[in-house]
Amino acid sequence: MAVTGTERPAETMSETGTLSVEVWRGRDDGRFQSFTVPHRANQTVLDIVTWIQRHAEPALAYRFACRVGVCGSCAMTVNGKPRWTCRTHVGKVAVDGHLRIEPLRNLPRLKDLAVDMTPFFEKWQAAEGRFHPTKTRRDPLSTISPSSPKRQAADAGIECINCGVCHAACDVVAWNDDYLGPAALNRAWTLVNDERDGGKRTVLDAVSQGGGCHSCHSHGSCVEHCPVGLNPTRGIAGLKRMTLVGLLSGDAG
Amino acid sequence: MIEVRLYAAQRLSAMILAPLVIVHLILILLAVEGGLTAAEILDRTRGSIGWAAFYGIFVLAAAIHAPIGLRNVIREHTGWRGEGVDKAMIGLGILLFVLGGRAILAVVVG
Ligand code: SF4
Ligand code: SF4
Ligand code: FES
Repeated sequence: MAVTGTERPAETMSETGTLSVEVWRGRDDGRFQSFTVPHRANQTVLDIVTWIQRHAEPALAYRFACRVGVCGSCAMTVNGKPRWTCRTHVGKVAVDGHLRIEPLRNLPRLKDLAVDMTPFFEKWQAAEGRFHPTKTRRDPLSTISPSSPKRQAADAGIECINCGVCHAACDVVAWNDDYLGPAALNRAWTLVNDERDGGKRTVLDAVSQGGGCHSCHSHGSCVEHCPVGLNPTRGIAGLKRMTLVGLLSGDAG
Repeated sequence: MIEVRLYAAQRLSAMILAPLVIVHLILILLAVEGGLTAAEILDRTRGSIGWAAFYGIFVLAAAIHAPIGLRNVIREHTGWRGEGVDKAMIGLGILLFVLGGRAILAVVVG
């Protein structure tokens, strides 16, 4: 539909019936609370949660910031699947006008729809997922060719918004507390391909511990769910290959 | 980097096992279809360095492959981790090697 100036498409404003929405309340021993929410065209799941918080249940706890798919803070479980709620249209996920919204899986619950992201970021650090500088501000900038294979490998994984959706989608994370998870390992993969990073060996050592990249089953649930279309499985396979080459060449071990 | 070593051993033993398992299955089919008796089979295996080597490698690869895989399964699906499970799996590897080795000796040396 063509939209000109400030005029909004008529259907955006009009209500098109109602949705029955179940929302998780409380912590681990909570329960679902049902709400009837007006259904509007182009409505996102985050719009639904916000509507409930503003009009029905002011005490509802949830987390969001940017509302445009950049900050990575709004992920929840929607009808059983982890999703970024601000960019998930209700029309695509509601089943017979019904939504069930729960906190993200594989992370400690805090209250209602908010989870504690601390373990997620701790694993990021455990995977050495931070830049290891080699230069000072007085050194000239490194010149990296955007078309070099290493840079392209790093670029392919760099747009992660830390939403935790892949972490929630991964069964190995659910089974093994020590598993670093797809997001942290994806970050490690971008670092070992970053020619400016001086910590390649440190990163490879970190992802070779128990619960590191070798624990991944390569079943691709992370790829399936990542909202920005990243492929952590490929990066993790790359880490496995690199550690193997390191072992065979006597570089690591 | 024990995890990398185990990963490498797991993949390598899998690569060795895959063709050996296929040959082994074809052999069983041929022996059964061909109606070979136990005595006829033993006739072919006794003193054969070839069969000893074939099944020797088979048993060694299986004794490496199975405990590493089972270690992963146990660590993922039970709370059992750490040294205890590692030791148990080394025990399993030795057990498989000894039992397999005994079976080979029985048909090759017998
Ligand atoms: S491919 Fe690996 S990281 Fe991705 S969901 Fe499966 S086990 Fe988890
Ligand atoms: S890899 Fe994708 S799903 Fe995982 S945290 Fe990053 S953006 Fe989210
Ligand atoms: S609110 Fe920022 S990504 Fe959804």
